[in-house]
This record gives sequence, C-alpha cells and structure tokens, in this order.
Amino acid sequence: MAGTEDTANNFLDALLLALDLITGLNAGLIEIVGLSLSVSLSAVLIAGSIGLPLGAALAVYNFRGRQISIVLLNALMGLPPVFIGLTVYLLLSRSGPLGALDLLFTPTAMVIAQAILITPIVAALSRQTCQGLYEIYQEQLRSLGATPLNIVLTILWDARISLLTAIMAGFGRAIAEVGAVFIVGGNIENFTRVMTTTIALETSKGNLALAMALGIILVLLSIVVNGVASITADSVSRSKANR
Amino acid sequence: MGTGLITLINRLILIAAFLCSTSASAEQVIKLASTTSTENSGLFKFLLPKFEKATKIKVRVIAAGTGQAIRIGRNGDADVLIVHHPPSEERFVAEGFGLKRHKLMYNDLVIVGPKTDSAKIRGVEEATIAFSKIASSMQLFASRGDESGTHLAEKEIWKRAQLNPQRTRWYLSLGAGMGSTLNIAVAMDTYALTDRASWAAFKNKKNHTILMEGDKKLFNQYSVIAINKKKHGHVKFDLVKKFTNWLLSNDGQKAIRNFRINGKQMFFPNANREQ
Amino acid sequence: MNILPLTLKNVTYYSGGKQLLKCNVTISEGPNTMVLGPNGAGKSIFLRVCHGLLKPTEGQVEWTGKEQDANNPNQAMVFEKPIMLQRTAEENLAYGLKLRKAKKDVIKQRVSQVLQRVGLTEAAKQLATSLSAGEQQRLALGRAWVLEPDVLFLDEPTANLDPGSTAEVEIIIQEIKKSGTKIVMTTHDLGQARRLGGDIIFLYGGALKEHSPAEKFFDSPKTKEARAFLNGEILWGQD
Repeated sequence: MAGTEDTANNFLDALLLALDLITGLNAGLIEIVGLSLSVSLSAVLIAGSIGLPLGAALAVYNFRGRQISIVLLNALMGLPPVFIGLTVYLLLSRSGPLGALDLLFTPTAMVIAQAILITPIVAALSRQTCQGLYEIYQEQLRSLGATPLNIVLTILWDARISLLTAIMAGFGRAIAEVGAVFIVGGNIENFTRVMTTTIALETSKGNLALAMALGIILVLLSIVVNGVASITADSVSRSKANR
Repeated sequence: MGTGLITLINRLILIAAFLCSTSASAEQVIKLASTTSTENSGLFKFLLPKFEKATKIKVRVIAAGTGQAIRIGRNGDADVLIVHHPPSEERFVAEGFGLKRHKLMYNDLVIVGPKTDSAKIRGVEEATIAFSKIASSMQLFASRGDESGTHLAEKEIWKRAQLNPQRTRWYLSLGAGMGSTLNIAVAMDTYALTDRASWAAFKNKKNHTILMEGDKKLFNQYSVIAINKKKHGHVKFDLVKKFTNWLLSNDGQKAIRNFRINGKQMFFPNANREQ
Repeated sequence: MNILPLTLKNVTYYSGGKQLLKCNVTISEGPNTMVLGPNGAGKSIFLRVCHGLLKPTEGQVEWTGKEQDANNPNQAMVFEKPIMLQRTAEENLAYGLKLRKAKKDVIKQRVSQVLQRVGLTEAAKQLATSLSAGEQQRLALGRAWVLEPDVLFLDEPTANLDPGSTAEVEIIIQEIKKSGTKIVMTTHDLGQARRLGGDIIFLYGGALKEHSPAEKFFDSPKTKEARAFLNGEILWGQD
C-alpha cells in the first residue's frame, strides 16, 4: 500500500537524518539541544526547589484547607502549557506589570514559563510520596522529638530516590512542551529557538523529514537524561548498602 | 532558612548567566516582529546578515501571524514591524503605535492545488473566477482562517466573487499558520491561497503546484513600521531608524531583489524614493 | 530519675466516639513495669498517652520535677516494628541526638558505645533498612538508649521476632535498665512478663484493673479478668 510505504520511507529518512545530524555534530543541532537542556534543566531546578519542599510540607503539616490545597495542586498539574505561555506573556509584556524587567522573548522567560508549568507536577508527586512515608514514619519521628519541620527535612532526604522520579517527570514535561516556550520565547533564531519550537517550525515549512529527525533526537535526549539520573540514583543507593 | 537562601542564590545566578550570555557586552539589538511568510521563506536569513555586517546591529526576528505581530508591536514588545495588511497597518499608525508606514516590497498571492485540478482553474486569470469554480465544483479549499494578511486577502476575494463559503462541507477553516495550512492542503488534496515565497520555500509539495497566478488584485504589499517612541519610551528608536533607512535604501532594496528561491525572485522591492 | 513518678490523673482517651482508655495510675522508679492485657485492652494507647504521642481526651499526664524537666521529659519509645531511616546504622543512631543539637564528639562517642552494647559495631556503616528484623530492633533500642532517657517505653518489642532475637532484645532491655533507665513495656507474652517484670499493670477493656508487684500479680491476681487472662482463657478485651 502506497500510504504505509510512504510513511515507512519518511520514518527511515528521518532516522537516517537524525543519525547524520548527531554524528556530524551539526552546529545548529547542538545549539538548539543546548538551549533546550539549559532552559528545561533550569526550570527543573526552580521547580524542584519550590515543589519538593512544598509537597513535603503539605504531607506533614495539618492546617485548615489542607484537603482543598491538595485537590488544587493535583488539578494544577493539568494546566495547559499554552495557557501558561499566554499568562506569562501578558505579565512580561512591556504593556504588562513586569514589562520593565525586559524579559519577554528571552530564554529567561522560557525558564519562568516552564518552571510554572512543572512546579505543580513536582509538588503533587512530592506530596504523594512524602505522605506515604509520613504515615509510616510519623510516630517514630515524633517519639524521637522531631518537630514538623524536622520531619519534612527527614522525609525529603529519605525519599530522595522517589523524589528523583518526580523531578524527572517534571523534566520530561518541560522538555517536551512547545506551547509555552513558543509564546514567551518567540522562537527567535539563535536565541530562543529550542528543539520543540524547531520541530514546529520545520513542520510548518514542510520539512517533515527534518522535523521527524529532530523529534527522534528529542526522544533520545530524554532517554539519555533519564538514564543519567537513574544511574546516579543507583550508584548513590548502592554505595550506602555495602554488605 | 539555609536551603531557601541557597536556592534563591542559585536561581539568581542562573538568570544572571542567561542575561549575560544572551546580551554579550553591550551588543546592539533590536526586535523585529514579522510574519511567518517572510521568515519561513528565508528572506530574513538572507537579508539580515547584510544589515548586521554593515551596522553591527543585531536583529532578532519574532515570526507570528500579522494580527499577532501587530499586537506585539502595540504592546511595545518589539521595536519594529514588517507586516502585510495595509488596513491594519493604517489603523496601527492612526492609533499612534506605529510611527509611519513605509512601503517596503511586494509579492503576490497564488492559488495552489493538486495537479489533477478537478475545479479546472489552471490558467484562469482572475482569482474571483477561480474561487467561483472551486465553489461550484465543491472542491476542498483549505483556508488559514486566522485573520492573517493572507486570510484577510482571501476573504476579500470571496466577497468580490459574492460567495459565502462559511459552513459548507468543502471549505476548511483551519485557524492555522501558512505552513500548517499547506501541510493540510497537501495531505487532504485541497486548494489553498498562499503567497509565492511561502510556497516556493515549502518542502512538502507532493502533487501540488501553482494553478493560478498573476492576478493584479493578488498583490501583497509589505511595509515596515517603527514603533512610536512616544507610546513606548523604551523602544530603540535610533537603531530602528538605521534599520528602516537601510531597508529602504538602495542597498536594502537591492538585497531584497537578489533574494531567490530556485533561481526565482520572490519579493519585489517598491520603497518610495522620497524617504 | 527526677522526672518520675509519672502520674495519669483521670485520664481518658476517646476515638471515633468510643472510650478506649480510662485510668488513674502512677508509675514510679524501680523495677520494670510490664503492661499486660488481652488484645484491644488499650495497652498501646496507654503507652502512647504516657509517652505523649497521643493527647488524652480528658485528664492530665504529669511528670515530676522542675517545670523545665517535667515539660520536656527525657524519655523514648521503641515500637513493635522498628522504623529505620534510609541511612546507615550509625546515622540512624545519631538521628535523635542531632535533633537535640548534641555536640559532634558527644554523638560520636555515644553512638560507638551503644553500637557495641547492642552488638552492631560491624554493621555501623551498613544501610539500616538492609539489616534483619532482629538487628533492626536492636538498633531501635540503641537509638533510644543513645539518648540516655530517664524512661523507655516499649510496645511489644519482640512480637515479630524469633526466639533468638527475642532473647537478645531482652538482654539489651535489662542492660538499659541497669544503666539507669526506667522500663515500661507492653507484652502479650506471659513468659516474657515473668522474666522481665517487676511491676505489673493489667488493663482490660480500656480500664486499669490491677497494678501490683509481679509476684503478687502472678500468684494471686485480684480480679476475675486477670485470673482468666493468666489461665490463658481467650478474652476479647471488651466488657
């Protein structure tokens, strides 16, 4: 059937093109890969710093409105990237409240948008993990004299492997999204163009093979990053458990 | 607490690093908001390095639809615009956001479709006739539907042909950019209205080709408009002035004329000499 | 032992609308106090109320001594299932001391001493959660011991252990007592109660039925519930 053959050819072309770009260390590719990584990793750093302790605190502290907060947090995981992009755009626009910062159409704006996108994910997963641990630990820790703050910190450290998964989930979401970074970054060549926006651009130019190749590279990138994280986690836990 | 302070510092370092790396030592930069047709055709990639070499001013291009580009200008998020919809542009200047419209170049709009051309518009000389034929044979037509320059021009043609394609089964209003619209047109075997440069640069033509061209009414005028400093004081007006001057000068106009795709000229410079 | 005696004055504990504990009792210095009773008698709740993990619905839990000492009594608890943190054995031991902001050298010294006393010196750098159940419980005892508490509460500490580990744990408990800590322990193992107990509190249906020296309790229990319990009759701790 012509249709499937076409598709197979396209995919094969894309695969070969991807390998070509990678092995040839294509300069343009390196640039957008570099920017994608630095934007998303920065966003992860911010989201982790806020989201992990926030989730742990929600798990440990009891307060009026705790249940509603948890429901809201879980719901925020589903915030559409395009909506976040639009909101951040309106905030950072020169006609907006934070216009004086001159951040629109810069990589920093992209970091901000992605950080907003993934913080709820990291926080919600952190809350889930920490709550499980809290239920197991709380009696023993309180018995030893731990304050709620001590408990938050202890649980955060003890759950570090699971929390790494939460971070990786955030990273995956960040590096794969295009709506937010397109709007607040402007997809400016050599400046705010990342992998996902390039894929969108090349698709709109009819460069389907190239777009597909970049897509394949993006998936590979994600695998590599997750692999590195997993190996790091493994080696850390193994070094502790030497029998 | 300690950890909070450390993360705050980390964040600030990151942001500082970004700002430093991206604005390397007092580089002169202006932001140009333009349309996807100019960007995707490759015109800017050809043109801007020449300007940068002559003046050391870097131009950052944000490509969006005409409506979006104008909004970016209105918000003061760009320093200068290059768009192609005169009525919107005139309004923009009248409202005081744009300083002045300078005609820059034009190209034309063409109708593309499958080589089989079931509506038989090949060789027709007027767009209104072509559109009528498409309508009466109920062949699929993919419209951008996004209030862009191209879309507004398309609506004009339907109006002149006294046809209303809305809510028919063959008219696909996509709400998409030129590229996406062309991708869909090719995949679904539809007709579409596009500008010549976008089509020439489009890499997914498959069995589609230009079927109708040359109608004088399909004339697509581009203008360059500086954002008014009175409305947005932060705009880099001096640098923009250099940019517009260059574009309208012999050098700039010549560069536009020399831009080719497959050996064919895409944009026709037509700046007024009295600038 | 300036925080004992511990007095529960008119203490009740309700949960879900039901009264699970009601008692007046004084726990003094001296021999190990064993808290006995059938399942559901309220032993675990009693212990937790004494320790401060649960707040009584009514009544007061009062420690003795200067206000500073009485409000922040130096006491610890070991639970039926030891909860170890994801870190080495010695880090687990140090945890409580770190919470109390003890000095580094004090921590180091006490930790290595206690490790030795519970027989886990070799496992010091091992991940605590990878130790066997018996080892973890010994570590839990060590974690409490390292705080040099005035009172140590234990809630069925050997319920999940094999006889060998049970014996090891009982030895350690006696050592802790010898080092000056008052032991208050629940158990459902009468043999253990006889081995370790000097003072018996017998609970039934959430109420304190008897509180007497071990010999008296085992030889001539006063209440019919206690007699039935000692006879091994199956009692479900409700009235």
